[in-house]
Amino acid sequence: MSIKGKAYIGGIYEHPSRKIDNKSIAELHTECAKGALDDAGLTFKDVDAYFCSGDVPGLGALSMPDYMGLTVKRQDSTNTGGSSYLFHVGHAAEAIAAGKCKVVLITCAGFGRRGTAVRERGGPDAPFEYPYGPVTVNLYAMAARRHMHEYGTTSEQLAWVKVSASHHAQHNPHAFLKKVVTVEDVLNSPMIADPLHRMDCCVVTDSGGAVLVVAPEIARQLKTPRVKLIGQGESSKGQMGGHVDLTYTGAVRSGPVAFAEAGVTPADIKYASIYDSFTITVVETIEDLGFCKKGEGGKFVSDGNLISGVGKLPFNTDGGGMCNNHPVNRGGITKIIEAVRQLRGEAHPKVQVKNCDIALAHGTGGSLGTRHSSATMIMERE
Amino acid sequence: MATAYQDRKIPVAPLNAGDAPFFEGAAAGKLMVKYCNDCKQYHHYPRPMCPFCYSTHTEWRQARGTGVVYSFSISRATGPIPYAIAYVTLDEGPTIMTNIVETDLDTIQCGQKVTVVFKPTEDPKLAVPMFKPA
Amino acid sequence: MTIKGKAYIGGIFEHPARKLGNDISQAELHAQCSKGALEDAGLSFKDVDGYFGAGDIPGGLLSMVDYLNLTVRHLDQTYTGGSSYLYLVAHAAEAIAAGKCSVALISLADFGRRGTAVRDRGEGIAEQPFEYPFGPVTVNLYAMAAQRHMYQYGTTSEQLAQVKVAASHHAQWNPNAVIRKVLTTEDVLNSPMVADPLHRMDCCVVTDGGGAVVVVSPEIARQLKKPKVKLIGVGESSKDQMGGKIDLTYTGAVRSGPIAFAEAGVTPADIKYASIYDSFTITVVETIEDLGFCKKGEGGKFVCDGNLVSGVGKLPFNTDGGGMCNNHPGNKGGITKVIEAVRQLRGESHPKVQVKNCDIALAHGTGGSLGTRHGSATLIMERE
Repeated sequence: MSIKGKAYIGGIYEHPSRKIDNKSIAELHTECAKGALDDAGLTFKDVDAYFCSGDVPGLGALSMPDYMGLTVKRQDSTNTGGSSYLFHVGHAAEAIAAGKCKVVLITCAGFGRRGTAVRERGGPDAPFEYPYGPVTVNLYAMAARRHMHEYGTTSEQLAWVKVSASHHAQHNPHAFLKKVVTVEDVLNSPMIADPLHRMDCCVVTDSGGAVLVVAPEIARQLKTPRVKLIGQGESSKGQMGGHVDLTYTGAVRSGPVAFAEAGVTPADIKYASIYDSFTITVVETIEDLGFCKKGEGGKFVSDGNLISGVGKLPFNTDGGGMCNNHPVNRGGITKIIEAVRQLRGEAHPKVQVKNCDIALAHGTGGSLGTRHSSATMIMERE
Repeated sequence: MATAYQDRKIPVAPLNAGDAPFFEGAAAGKLMVKYCNDCKQYHHYPRPMCPFCYSTHTEWRQARGTGVVYSFSISRATGPIPYAIAYVTLDEGPTIMTNIVETDLDTIQCGQKVTVVFKPTEDPKLAVPMFKPA
Repeated sequence: MTIKGKAYIGGIFEHPARKLGNDISQAELHAQCSKGALEDAGLSFKDVDGYFGAGDIPGGLLSMVDYLNLTVRHLDQTYTGGSSYLYLVAHAAEAIAAGKCSVALISLADFGRRGTAVRDRGEGIAEQPFEYPFGPVTVNLYAMAAQRHMYQYGTTSEQLAQVKVAASHHAQWNPNAVIRKVLTTEDVLNSPMVADPLHRMDCCVVTDGGGAVVVVSPEIARQLKKPKVKLIGVGESSKDQMGGKIDLTYTGAVRSGPIAFAEAGVTPADIKYASIYDSFTITVVETIEDLGFCKKGEGGKFVCDGNLVSGVGKLPFNTDGGGMCNNHPGNKGGITKVIEAVRQLRGESHPKVQVKNCDIALAHGTGGSLGTRHGSATLIMERE
């Protein structure tokens, strides 16, 4: 009655590009898939399950396997926004545990920089929101504003999330923003939607990534260091019929499920990939996962506490969505990838966490201001 | 700093069955909210089935039109003019998405008391409730 | 390493409507179907801790869960066309087996009769430039499968027609069915040709409606009053154009079927009742072959002489009238396939079509298009 130890992350790949002009979406997915398979030492013929989210072209889970020439016996196209891929890893582990497949390929790819027309999504909520001009950034901004109001969180504190990420990104040659920034840089960047500045936001990139989740017997045959999934939790949070509370996230549910399954506590986590669409996303998530008390996230992230080698909770050592990559506005897959690099000891030497035996990755999809999803994964180096 | 309020062209999304009373009510100067006769709670956005007790004994009621700002954000770089998106907690209970209008946008605060005003949309038959300082 | 016995179908509901007015929204229809299935199980929305939906949930997964105000610890939105709901039952069983949820709600609600504008299916679809110019629509793609099956195996239009005829024999007893008239082979063959070799009556009905299924853990199932229907095997796979090595004479059931049978530890001979996805008559013929109810190429012969009619033939199928005559809500027949199989196992089918001693039943879904890309999922269930 658990997925603990039933599945491993066998391969990872992050596309090095951040701006792409001459490829199709399907081609980019396939390049990412090939990258992760090469990393694992597996081939497309070994893949027996394919998982994807809303960024794949075509009909749900059907078009991409056709394009890639896969023969699969397990498919999943769960779309919960940027967190989807962390949902997928959990579902893959369940499927592997049930004996349904052994090599699950998960891909994410697309062109964030081409922009997306603002669309009315046709949900039951749309008529009651669309007239008021909700866009991603002002919805997250309302969460930040309320968090400030209730807990005294400051813009300076939020800025530390960007600052910490930039300290890591300077060592990543592929990072979109490699310059180390200061709290002042963030506060002096243009205000997009109060209280969020431009530098409170993640980067917008064309890119992608892929992850392979494999059965224990496959993992044993691979050359890559073994990274075992020991816990996963998922949930969502919405407006609760008008009982709106923007100061916490679905991580209050996904976190405890994952920790309980893994049999570890936040104190055991040596490295954490925390979804960083906006600075406020990190602050609320860190509280909800139990790394600090509710309301103390602003204080927790300050003074370099998230910087590898400096603070207590090294986070997003690739530079995260803040500075490195947020492919097609979905930061979930890169969260998994950097956590796996840390566990393998393959992160950049300047940011590699010593004795990194247990790591966490957390995804937040949708909007903190209306409806969002949360998924938490805990992994162990074997 | 001051950010003057400017009227904005208000779009509407295609309404689903059952949604119209909110927008037609607004056009008639009424803030309409859904109420459940079984669990005696208001909810929002409106549904035929109460999201708390799942009863279908729901009805539209006119709300007083007063409440407090739960949260807000001034969108400065997401459209042609600045506007204040907000959640307002109505005296009746539910917190609803809206805009804060007819005030210096830089003076808005969480916890501020506000009162409803109705703004026309691109559809002449439909209006939407927004709020200004009480 | 199996889901056998790890999950039960606790509740089912098929919306009685086949044509709905503009006074109900899609979200509300989902809510009605969900409520129906939960009431059938004796559960409430507060008991639900997993939500599973497909391409017909308005606004996506997060909007639907918010609309229903659910607190969940598992979410799945696998979309493989009309077969999605059978995939979702299988995934729910995995999630329950892994301890990830204990009451999984799966809902379908859509308005098939409102028609769907031919749409540009979106940006970046790899196959679209190479198919769209040639006018592919659902029926002519399935028709190509039928044409090839006829060419390769000698299957005839008369044989295909038997699928509709058999379904109509069942539908006459279903007061909610769209087509309740018992049809003859001639009725089918004399109906207008829509896309050779498929006549109008080779096609399923087009309806508004929906349904819901609640999959529960064994501990929950033991507390419910309804007869216990245990999931004992599931299999899924998709099939497509294979890089140009096209073969339209078989379906993904060649993979999903054996997986489900092996897991269940039963053979086609053990199946007392089968819900077979019946978007078109050819879908049933190919699926029956691929699931091993007869040899490949003999499906046309197999479906003849009332062999699919309950009380008459060897393989009673779609005793609600199926997609052929009863219901195909929003052009997706998967959930009703699960529902009628559960009715049969519970002994709740109409007495005129109830299979005696129905202890093991199968439900199979086919989504997308046999002519290009499709999903296949097979469920095997046992009365406990």
